[in-house]
Amino acid sequence: MYCEECKKRPATVHVTKIVNNKKTERHLCEYCAREQEQIGFGFEPSFSIQKLLASLLNYEPPTPEGISIAYPEPTKCENCGLTYSQFGQLGKVGCSECYQRFSEKLSPLLRRIHGSARHTGKIPKRTGGAIRLQKEIEHLRQQLQNAIQREEFEQAAQLRDQIRELEKKLP
Amino acid sequence: MFIKDILNRANSKWMEGTGPESDVVISCRVRLARNLAGVPCPHLLNEEQGRQVVKRVVDAIAHKEVEKIVGHLEAVALSELSALDRQILVEKHLISPQHAEAATQSRAVVLREDEAVSILVNEEDHLRIQCLFPGFQLNVAWDLANRVDDVLEKRLDFAFDEKYGYLTACPTNVGTGMRASVMMHLPGLVITNQANRVLSALSQLGLAVRGLYGEGTEAAGNLFQISNQITLGLTEEEIINNLTAVTHKILEQERMARELLRTQTKEQLEDRVGRAFGILTNARIITSQEAISYLSDVRLGADLGIIRGVDTRILNELIVLTRPNFLQKLAGHEMSPFARDLKRASIIREKLAPSKG
Repeated sequence: MYCEECKKRPATVHVTKIVNNKKTERHLCEYCAREQEQIGFGFEPSFSIQKLLASLLNYEPPTPEGISIAYPEPTKCENCGLTYSQFGQLGKVGCSECYQRFSEKLSPLLRRIHGSARHTGKIPKRTGGAIRLQKEIEHLRQQLQNAIQREEFEQAAQLRDQIRELEKKLP
Repeated sequence: MFIKDILNRANSKWMEGTGPESDVVISCRVRLARNLAGVPCPHLLNEEQGRQVVKRVVDAIAHKEVEKIVGHLEAVALSELSALDRQILVEKHLISPQHAEAATQSRAVVLREDEAVSILVNEEDHLRIQCLFPGFQLNVAWDLANRVDDVLEKRLDFAFDEKYGYLTACPTNVGTGMRASVMMHLPGLVITNQANRVLSALSQLGLAVRGLYGEGTEAAGNLFQISNQITLGLTEEEIINNLTAVTHKILEQERMARELLRTQTKEQLEDRVGRAFGILTNARIITSQEAISYLSDVRLGADLGIIRGVDTRILNELIVLTRPNFLQKLAGHEMSPFARDLKRASIIREKLAPSKG
């Protein structure tokens, strides 16, 4: 791939920007990247996704009319000891518990990155037992609704029984 | 220990040039990021805690059921490998450049003999399960990765949250923890100046384009790696289907570009391919950058039937064989860049010789 600016040298600097859920990507050579001030290539030679994330995390939207809102003291994850500000610097969590601990701040960040903050994919078989059942029941209920709409009552009755069976297994 | 064999052979399964659509799609990979519940992420672990994680993974893969379902796996700590060997695993796409950086006992790699499965232990996440296949076999790669994940999950408590899915060190991987990628050879699009237009459109679909060796590497030899960016809010199947659909589209565009080159600019194309072949079969000193770009031209020529008798497998093999670290492995000692350029030229001449004339 060639640099978007000069179209001569190979693109070695790849910048992904997410602004208001709109994602833009630029592919530049080192030379043109230096020219582009907003990338600040010269000051931070190790431009990394973590740093980009960290800046997203630390960004507080400006409050109207300069009212300053006092945020509570930085929270800390009891399991690994990582504080929120450390997380902000690293762009990486400290352990799996951090997601619960920093959930309030992570949710908007995840929406910015992925456009969603809810997992819809695979669920582990052994440890995710109850969650799995619930998802399956939800899925069956959806099918049940469809069957009723199509007036396929025999199938609907079957689905209803299946749902009852599964609900018995829920803790 | 088959790991020594893996280090000594240039040919990986993914390089065989087999599999569907292998004239354009070189390989497919699916990676799943998994972490152990409650254990701090690798970047916060000390050496001893890191070793504990490695031990848990090693114990899990040693189980009989794992062998039955995904085949025999072997683990090796990175501290047991020389810097050169680690780089070879990078050049074969079995570990990431980041993983190769630190040679500690707290980092390990688990491999299957055919190199289709590799598990990175304590890279950015505790486990990164990778499955790599030649040609356009994204579903096959996902299926295997899914099975490896299932069988390991029986013995390891993976961090999972109902809302956020699989929890990863970096929030960019959370959810499915999946990165699916397709490596494509796109000389047609590059020569006809369409590559930028086609590939830059991909970012709007939540896909990323990178060079041969992943993040931050350039697209040498017209080889592009296309992967999903979004991991949360989509199911694994949706991610695979999106990437599959896009790959088909690019494949179609590439074939159209090649057809255009073959019919509209036949002489120029033959000239280009012939010159590349001439240089590769006669050069005495060649850099890896130069070699890969001519190999790309020759491969295009072979795919279009302009050059006969060149096995595409040789070209795939040469891409790895002529990487700086592999050359040093072949020579058995460290080499200066100049010595490598000499050795590289001689290997290429040797490999392409039988097909000459």
